[in-house]
Amino acid sequence: MATFQHDVLIIGAGLAGMRAALAAQGEGADIGVISKVHPVRSHSNAAQGGINAALEATDSWEEHAFDTIKGSDYLADQDSVEVLCKEAGAELIALENMGVIFNRDDQGKLGTRRFGGAKKARTYFVGDITGQAILHVMYEQMTKAQESGESQMKVYEEWFVTSLISDGERCLGATVLDMRTGEIHTVLAKGTILATGGFGRVYEPSTNALICTGDGMSMAWRIGAPLMDMEMVQHHPTTLKGSGVLITEGARGEGAYLLNSDGDRFMKTYAPNAMELASRDVVSRAEQTEINEGRGIDGCVLLDMRHLDEKLIHERLWQIRELGIDLAGVDVIKEPIPIQPGCHYAMGGIKTNILGETPVPGLYAAGEVACVSVHGGNRLGANSLLDTVIFGRRAGVAAAEAGREIDMPIAPDSTIEGEQQKLQALLDRPANDEKIARIRWDLGISMDKNVAVFRSAEGLDEQQEEIKKLKARYETVPIEDKGKVFNTDLIFGLELGYLLDCAEAIVLGAITRTESRGAQYRVDFPERNDAEWLKHILLTYSPEGIRLDYQPVTITQWEPKERTY
Amino acid sequence: MKVNLNVKRFDPESDGSTRFQQYDIDMPENSTVLDALIHVREYVDATLALRCSCRSAICGSCAMRVDHRARLACKTKVTDIVSDEGQEITIEPMGNMPVIKDLITDMEVHWSKVRQVVPYLRPTGPPPEREYIVSNEAMLDVAGAVNCIQCGACVSDCPVLEIDKSFIAPAALAKAYRFTGDPRDGTKKERLEMLSNVEGGIWDCTRCNMCVEVCPKDVRPMDRIMQLREQAVAAGVKTNTGVRHGTSFANSVRRLGRLDEMRLFPESVGMFAVPRLLKELPGAFRMLWSKRLMMWTHAIPFAHKPIPGIKHVRRIYDQARSEKKEHSK
Ligand SMILES: Cc1cc2nc3c(=O)[nH]c(=O)nc-3n(C[C@H](O)[C@H](O)[C@H](O)COP(=O)(O)OP(=O)(O)OC[C@H]3O[C@@H](n4cnc5c(N)ncnc54)[C@H](O)[C@@H]3O)c2cc1C
Ligand code: FES
Repeated sequence: MATFQHDVLIIGAGLAGMRAALAAQGEGADIGVISKVHPVRSHSNAAQGGINAALEATDSWEEHAFDTIKGSDYLADQDSVEVLCKEAGAELIALENMGVIFNRDDQGKLGTRRFGGAKKARTYFVGDITGQAILHVMYEQMTKAQESGESQMKVYEEWFVTSLISDGERCLGATVLDMRTGEIHTVLAKGTILATGGFGRVYEPSTNALICTGDGMSMAWRIGAPLMDMEMVQHHPTTLKGSGVLITEGARGEGAYLLNSDGDRFMKTYAPNAMELASRDVVSRAEQTEINEGRGIDGCVLLDMRHLDEKLIHERLWQIRELGIDLAGVDVIKEPIPIQPGCHYAMGGIKTNILGETPVPGLYAAGEVACVSVHGGNRLGANSLLDTVIFGRRAGVAAAEAGREIDMPIAPDSTIEGEQQKLQALLDRPANDEKIARIRWDLGISMDKNVAVFRSAEGLDEQQEEIKKLKARYETVPIEDKGKVFNTDLIFGLELGYLLDCAEAIVLGAITRTESRGAQYRVDFPERNDAEWLKHILLTYSPEGIRLDYQPVTITQWEPKERTY
Repeated sequence: MKVNLNVKRFDPESDGSTRFQQYDIDMPENSTVLDALIHVREYVDATLALRCSCRSAICGSCAMRVDHRARLACKTKVTDIVSDEGQEITIEPMGNMPVIKDLITDMEVHWSKVRQVVPYLRPTGPPPEREYIVSNEAMLDVAGAVNCIQCGACVSDCPVLEIDKSFIAPAALAKAYRFTGDPRDGTKKERLEMLSNVEGGIWDCTRCNMCVEVCPKDVRPMDRIMQLREQAVAAGVKTNTGVRHGTSFANSVRRLGRLDEMRLFPESVGMFAVPRLLKELPGAFRMLWSKRLMMWTHAIPFAHKPIPGIKHVRRIYDQARSEKKEHSK
């Protein structure tokens, strides 16, 4: 049991977290970085396809911004999108200069590939391991920063944040479980940045790693930070049946086709111009319609790459070829691979401004956990990695700067005792037949049934009831492992609590938004309704209940238009 | 299908002993070993500890010994290991690292070695206005090494590391190649000097190929180590045991058509490294005694006669040399 202090505490060591750490160090702050897994195990490593930036002379940040806003179905805040797209080029070059081995063109300059929802080829990539390639470079830079000794940077690896500490107004830091010892500690900070990633495991199946359990969203929510756009959950069009493992959009970017059971490129019916490269919500709905109308194959449609040059697959899509062979028994060079829409990404999250500040003083957020609202109703492929580095950097700078004016907070002793009692109470629960895994499974399957690509009032109401039941079951589920060292059972128990909070918010958002926009498609309200719904839904937690607020979408220069691909 | 796991358990909070525990479960066909372990953890025995996250061979969390060989559990199908249903699959933590609990090891052994190779790009000269201009071929060449997910499988099964704790080991050396092979790095020679001269550096690999066999991402660490050696020699980093050993070996065969053991050692450590030579003298006598050096005449330095077909051997050398010249043009 100990107390640590830092100017800036960063929770999460994925791309957003590490980018924030480097930026805060650049400002001379003393930094602590906490991650429940070793930084390179963070889920950012799974990003396959690439990262967007309008860097070519033939492209412009305005075009990138327009594609992003249209992709968002006009729910993105346009001031945030402007920041994202204006700063993209410099950030991309910074990544290259740090060491990322981006693909090159014939002249040795950065080369691009096409991605969905974009008029221009502006996706920069490393084969189909872009996230891994960038994440490992970011970790290299962290090592360099630590060796340089310019300012303190301490990385707490395999430490699990259990709660944020609040005095009712400010966020003061976090309580943490050192997974290796089972000890609880407090880490106090002048500014706390959440970079804990998404909540993909709310659904089953999901492209997300097992660690993507919405921890940050739930913890911030519990101290009064509002969650925004939570109903906007992206379902990716090409995921493997069963496991939900992703096949990158880069495959379609390189020219792969989508086929139904008749062998037709069905996208011609839904998006005659963009075809396979329409935005993700459009493609996922098209696939689901084909499947529902009986033109699927065993709940899937086919992704066909047979016509692509074999060399191109070896040089640019090697990982997904291996995944196909290992997980689906299909070599994409020889056969089309069955795929289906699957839960992929949280457009919503903790509401922040363009500095990464949340409405709770002292609390910042960046990356998938946050919602500055650059993705709105639907995120464009390869815009998320960009989001993590741009807003990670901004949050790091903002927290470090603000920290200069603030004294180190003091947390009452009762904080750590309260947290310890909470965990002990979990461990002391009497045994019964309930299993954490079973509750999580039931949650995932029901969310997939009721809150996926197509949604309806009945389905959503049913899901709201289901979540109540799951929460009741969660109240008594026992933690079977009583040990201290690497008690992963306890960790899963805590994560399930976070997942249930996220699910509750997603469903409430989806019920409230009585229109169809981006990823939210209500069969009972099939039209977009700008007159009433050009606004965000904000959910604020309090012990008395959840408060609903609305905030208008910020429009700068792109008036909402009909959206066709 | 019936799956029968035999898992090595270690609980640091009990008496410190290890034991094997059997889990018989039913799994869908096509399951990976990780699926099976997760099933055990979720529904059979919540105390079983392992690391895993992505389920798709990208996060590098789930390396462990399956059937006595380091593998990613998420990339290994049950049917890759056993042909008959219910046949036992042995699961153990990785080797060459301390075990923390069950299948979770302390990977600091690995990370400390990664830090040793200065694991970040060190460009020299003024930064470019935009990106560095480099060929795609160069990027694709290092991509092979960048593909490494730091899972530790090769570190686990490296036999050199098992007896020599100073060996930088395959993964960190592959990481080193990622920088020496990158045209943007300005410290290639410095890196190669360090990697050649440091204890446990590139010349300590015995080329057993184990790392290549166990690597789940086709990084082929040993091939990278060989590339590092070539780069080192090409950069003129030659005053070390490794290079001298190779040169002496090659010269001996060219001269005699066979190995001249009496010269190999002194030439490797350096003819003037008297203390080292004296230190090894007892070993040399033992070799004589045990007839590893076949004849007394062999003990007299430089007394070998070339083998009868030496002409042909030299012709092969000349051919190889001219081809190499041609190639490097
Ligand atoms: C399969 C897949 C492919 C993708 N491909 C692309 C792509 O090609 N292009 C693109 O732009 N986007 C892509 N995305 C989206 C993108 O990868 C993610 O949105 C992004 O990487 C999220 O980064 P992050 O830094 O916000 O969070 P993460 O990388 O998920 O990191 C979260 C961090 O928080 C830590 N953490 C979480 N909870 C706790 C806790 N309680 N205590 C302590 N630490 C905690 C974790 O340990 C981790 O370090 C893809 C996503 C998936 C799933
Ligand atoms: S779970 Fe990520 S590599 Fe196996």
